[in-house]
Amino acid sequence: MKVAYWPGCVSRGFTPELHGSMAKVAPLLDIELVELDRACCTGAGVIAEHNQELADTLNARTFALAQQVPGAELMMNICSTCQGAQSECQERLDASAEYREHVNATLASEGLSYEKGLTNKNFLWLLVEEIGLDELRSRVRRPLTNLKVGPFYGCYIVRPRKRLGIDAEHPRDSYLHQVIDALGGTVIDYAGMRKCCGFPIITMNKEASLKQAGRHLGDAEDAEADCLVTPCPLCHLNLDLQQPLASGVVGRELNMPVLHLPQLVGLALGLDPKELGMGKHVVRPTSVIDWSASVVGAAA
Amino acid sequence: MAEAHDRPPESFTLRLRRYDPESGEAPYWDEHTVELEPHRSVLEAILQARDRFDGSIGIRCSCRQAICGSCGVRVNGEPALACHTHLDAARTSAGTEGVIEIEPMGNMPVIKDLIVDMDAVHWKKVQRVTPWLLAKEPVPEREYLVSKESMVDVTQTMACIQCGACVSDCLAMEVDPGFIGPAALAKAYRFVGDPRDDEQRERLTDLAQDPHGIFDCTHCFKCVEACPKDVNPMGQIMRLRRIATSDQHIKDHNNGKRHEAAFTTLIKDNGLLWEAELLPRSYGGNSWFGKFAPSAGKELLSSLPAILKALVRGKVTPAGALKPHKIPREDLKAVQGIYEKVEGREQRYELNLYVTASDEEVSGNGASAAATGAPPSPAGEEPSAVAPPPVDPGPPSAAGPEGESAQVGAGEDAEPPTGAHADENSQEGDDS
Repeated sequence: MKVAYWPGCVSRGFTPELHGSMAKVAPLLDIELVELDRACCTGAGVIAEHNQELADTLNARTFALAQQVPGAELMMNICSTCQGAQSECQERLDASAEYREHVNATLASEGLSYEKGLTNKNFLWLLVEEIGLDELRSRVRRPLTNLKVGPFYGCYIVRPRKRLGIDAEHPRDSYLHQVIDALGGTVIDYAGMRKCCGFPIITMNKEASLKQAGRHLGDAEDAEADCLVTPCPLCHLNLDLQQPLASGVVGRELNMPVLHLPQLVGLALGLDPKELGMGKHVVRPTSVIDWSASVVGAAA
Repeated sequence: MAEAHDRPPESFTLRLRRYDPESGEAPYWDEHTVELEPHRSVLEAILQARDRFDGSIGIRCSCRQAICGSCGVRVNGEPALACHTHLDAARTSAGTEGVIEIEPMGNMPVIKDLIVDMDAVHWKKVQRVTPWLLAKEPVPEREYLVSKESMVDVTQTMACIQCGACVSDCLAMEVDPGFIGPAALAKAYRFVGDPRDDEQRERLTDLAQDPHGIFDCTHCFKCVEACPKDVNPMGQIMRLRRIATSDQHIKDHNNGKRHEAAFTTLIKDNGLLWEAELLPRSYGGNSWFGKFAPSAGKELLSSLPAILKALVRGKVTPAGALKPHKIPREDLKAVQGIYEKVEGREQRYELNLYVTASDEEVSGNGASAAATGAPPSPAGEEPSAVAPPPVDPGPPSAAGPEGESAQVGAGEDAEPPTGAHADENSQEGDDS
């Protein structure tokens, strides 16, 4: 399937391995990525905090660009925070024809216009709803047997439920669980899996921020997870990049690798850990996970 | 509804968290099975268990109709009013066994069983924000006259029933018990947004400078989800931040304003985020020179272990850190044009769906009045009248008198004016 692809900023900045691994994984799932390289940052909630109409207009521009991609079935992102920030703006834009017109008037000088009803899905949602778990399962070349994976969702992709379309039919707040299972891994539940990583206040209250990250990492260790997986690069920054500092704040040793979702999928689809950029992590996945033991029935 | 009420009583099993701090015993789980019609509330089930099986079960309640805010508990792990949660719904959201798990709210000490100490946490924090009007002088002999729009703006916070559900689930408070928290900060907006109040700037300065104030919110949406009255506490905190930084230009010690300014400016300059520049600017000030400020240097030093590791791993390259990613020049110009146009408006334009509802929800009126009044302008100015009208007022419709869509049942118990009234004769929006 062809998608208008919004990679976000951090996936091309401080977590380059995320964008890179998505590019590697997409062809294995028959996803054609048409990158929205003209679009700007979603604002991550911060621009909306500064000026709501500004955030709505900047995102309406991105949506309009996505709607112009010929043959694209929908727009896809790989960042929970992008998903949340975009969904918030889209909720307002879709709610009122009058407001949409007002915003589109600003976009008119570029010849752009957003039409209500864009479908915008995080890669996680796309995996489950568009590709399907059975299809995903059938493409697994290296089942994650014996790999104990703790899901870490990120706030922006699980709350508020109504805005994000989470209901009994679309239990999107359980999709990471479903994907880990489909890839052959073992899901590890732990207290912090749907809590905040602390990243949004890292510059305002660093101790509280790192305490959040440290606690969740510690909880996951206590639950004997081998690694975490997250669809959010900002969570990844606090959980992986800041892990040495978080360890100091909570006063315990931490050694918990955190994988980006496309990396976990890529591993199961048979890609090499190095190809997926896992060497770039602060906490190296290879330091904990014994890949030889996890490779069961590799078809390659 | 009539059908639901006709259903015969069924068995429901409750698993109650029991704890009596005075006993010296550890908390424990206690199970009881009650017989009630499925549309009855979890509160009724708890009361039946207390009446029939164990008179010592501690639960606080009063009105039993979701208005007094006394019976806040956690049902299957989620905060809720026990009286406002139907038993059949609670059984559905329970685990596979269908046992309804009821615990006291979080972030507050337990007095007994399901009763938490609201005084020790919630009410103390509400007191903290001076929850009363500091009236503008001279106080008029009769009532103040203010524009309707300016009061509609604060009705969402007035819908709060002080149940503490948001406090229970606040993730910032979980790691920083000093955080003023969602309920109290929503209450603060009640007065910051009130055009009759004379101390907007003082209130905001206080809340911005407090290390546990508005910039301590971690933006996790827990309170938004928890609130049974759709108060959107996090949204109110964002509005407090917006007025503090953009209107009152308060420079806080917590990097709140600097962070927001640095982020917003970097996107305007590059189109994409430049993380390596955002952090030093958030500490040192919103310019290229920010990174040389002593506060930025100190932060850099404390983050050195993480930075070095990131460099060693090739996660961050020196070139990547020193040079921003940018979107193409033409697009950047377009983005900057949007900034100039929107930020150049005389008044901020805000759509609050709590107040206006969506097109679908506004019956017989596809194009409702779009924007609410922006929050009152900086102190010293008269309360602003109305938000600027939308660029194009849209097709004329059979709407009521002007501004009717902003009518809100503004009682303290106001249900959101959204879908509630749109049930019967709603029609398709005109924008399919």
